[in-house]
Amino acid sequence: MNEHPSFAAWEENVLKKVLERTPERAKEFVTDSGLPIERLALPETVDEKYLTKLGFPGQYPFTRGVHPTMYRGRLWTMRQYAGFSSAEDSNKRYRYLLEQGTTGLSVAFDLPTQIGYDSDHPLSCGEVGRVGVAIDTLADLEALFTGIPVDKVSTSMTINAPAAVLLAMYVVVGEKQGVKPAQLMGTIQNDILKEYIARGTYIFPPRPSLRLTTDIFAWCSKETPQFNTISISGYHIREAGSTAIQEIAYTLANGCTYVQAAIDAGLDVDVFAPRLAFFFNASPDLFEEVAKFRAARRLWARFMKERFHAQKPASQTLRFHTQTAGYSLTAQQIDNNIVRVTLQALAAVLGGTQSLHTNSRDEAFGLPTENSVRTSLRTQQIIACESGVCNTVDPLAGSYFIEDLTDRIEREALTLIEEIDRMGGMIAAIESGVVQRQIELSAFRYQQQIDRGERTIVGVNCFQEPEKVFPQTFRVGKAVEENQIKRLHEIRKKRDNGKVKKNLADLEEAARGKENVMPFIVEAVRCYTSIGEICDALRGVFGIYEERKGF
Amino acid sequence: MEAGQRRGRVLIGKVGLDGHDRGAKFIARSLRDDGFEVIYTGIRHTPEEIASVAVQEDVDAIGISLLSGAHNELIPAMIHALCQADAGDIPVIVGGAIPQEDISYLKDKGVCEVLTTGTPTQTILDVFRMVANEYRQKKHTYE
Repeated sequence: MNEHPSFAAWEENVLKKVLERTPERAKEFVTDSGLPIERLALPETVDEKYLTKLGFPGQYPFTRGVHPTMYRGRLWTMRQYAGFSSAEDSNKRYRYLLEQGTTGLSVAFDLPTQIGYDSDHPLSCGEVGRVGVAIDTLADLEALFTGIPVDKVSTSMTINAPAAVLLAMYVVVGEKQGVKPAQLMGTIQNDILKEYIARGTYIFPPRPSLRLTTDIFAWCSKETPQFNTISISGYHIREAGSTAIQEIAYTLANGCTYVQAAIDAGLDVDVFAPRLAFFFNASPDLFEEVAKFRAARRLWARFMKERFHAQKPASQTLRFHTQTAGYSLTAQQIDNNIVRVTLQALAAVLGGTQSLHTNSRDEAFGLPTENSVRTSLRTQQIIACESGVCNTVDPLAGSYFIEDLTDRIEREALTLIEEIDRMGGMIAAIESGVVQRQIELSAFRYQQQIDRGERTIVGVNCFQEPEKVFPQTFRVGKAVEENQIKRLHEIRKKRDNGKVKKNLADLEEAARGKENVMPFIVEAVRCYTSIGEICDALRGVFGIYEERKGF
Repeated sequence: MEAGQRRGRVLIGKVGLDGHDRGAKFIARSLRDDGFEVIYTGIRHTPEEIASVAVQEDVDAIGISLLSGAHNELIPAMIHALCQADAGDIPVIVGGAIPQEDISYLKDKGVCEVLTTGTPTQTILDVFRMVANEYRQKKHTYE
């Protein structure tokens, strides 16, 4: 064992507490041949350099992970992103996934919901229930969670511009199940900056959007202290074509923007920062990805401590969800995608992810079938239960290659973040289009490399085969839109429309002033005001965002 | 001769609420490098907006990228809007996540070519060259 006093201090102050609270999964971990596996492999001598760069898991700068025992204590949350057509259909899929062993839910909403339009809005035509579940009012969210105890299951919701509305609905669904807001666990994505950069489901301009974000931070720290108030997402930046370095640089720069906005709004960093979560992509380049996750943790810890003066360790930890790379899936020889996903999932686990979504083999064509979803979940379970990689903390640490790569990615990302600082911060950088253009250039280069054969993609530009069959894809029926509109119209007739009007007027007034809008949104959803009506009220006050053109 | 005049003017656009623009932007840039003049609309346009830009800009082909699954509603609506503006003969090429079984439906509705996920870039460029060229020749005969 290691002699350095800092090791004993870590064991005493960090490890012991966690072991008392969460014992490890086994008394002893051994290799297949029966060799005991140490919790934490260390260099022969722990010196100052080691402590500054790596430290111990669960301790600053968290390079080796956010928990002292990592997966020896608890495996990551296996969280498959799902949702389609009506709330009833999605509810069935969630129950199926829970039966199959997923340990958290991840809700996909359709595009009208994500952009704050009701299902009967002209722009919703053809889009209702397509890429996710359609939610118009509280009634839909009630149906979505029928038979799912929200005090037992943590729920992640991919919702950004109208995040406040869905959070409010979830809180009321909880109340109706007899669950207090303080017991709710889960995450709202609520990361608007990357919507302007890469994902496209924005509604309002950046500045009022940031005010909504900080209102949510403030409200949640009092009402839903176990809920992650944001999932600062590099995933979509990467999917749009960025490099690994750009992915973490822009994501952390977005993170800094939120933290600064919240501090400027008068919030205490150590109150809101522990509820910030992150979301990254696991791409094909295995070692670069592992190094990326480690570098991101170290960079964020430094930002939180040095730039924002966060004191609590929980404020300095970068906890993240990972999804395997959608862009890497090929339409050719689709079974190969299972292997790609396995490698990417492994990168996420070796990088210390807190939760993981594995993509399905047929997702180059559309939503996955139930069979493909099962295989992708099994992939995680095989890594977790059979591969042995979960039996020690941060197994690649100390590799000359991985440590050097981690250092270099950190340095390069920091350079990009400093460039954004010099441009006057992320909002200015987004408004000027610089960030979007950098990502587009990376995407263009990547595709050119494939087209020219400089980058090998198996089955695409080498080892090709004639494709015989096209996979059966999952289809959302046409009746969904009609039924959804019918249900919405019935609710509009049944509800107390006087109350709806009054709540909307109150919300508008709060939005015009400085009051936190969350309580007003909760009251509005409680009387079945629709997401479109709430967002329209806010559009009236905040205006709408117009995208920069060009490519 | 201007680069844009060599191969023609094309519109690359996104219709509906889908924000996935990596493919559309890549194709826009590739077409430009290939000598086309490219008008890129950006994301989140209605079928009517796209049709109206296509008419105003007098384009020789329209390329629409869609990954949201709303193609069977939005593409026919856009072609309808083109017809209303007496521009129903501008060739329309659709790309993105389009299930195999929807291709014949879209072609019945007037789509000239559907290029699904995995189509090589060169094939896409060839289709645009051919389609835009044919349309220009036709236009020229009318004039």
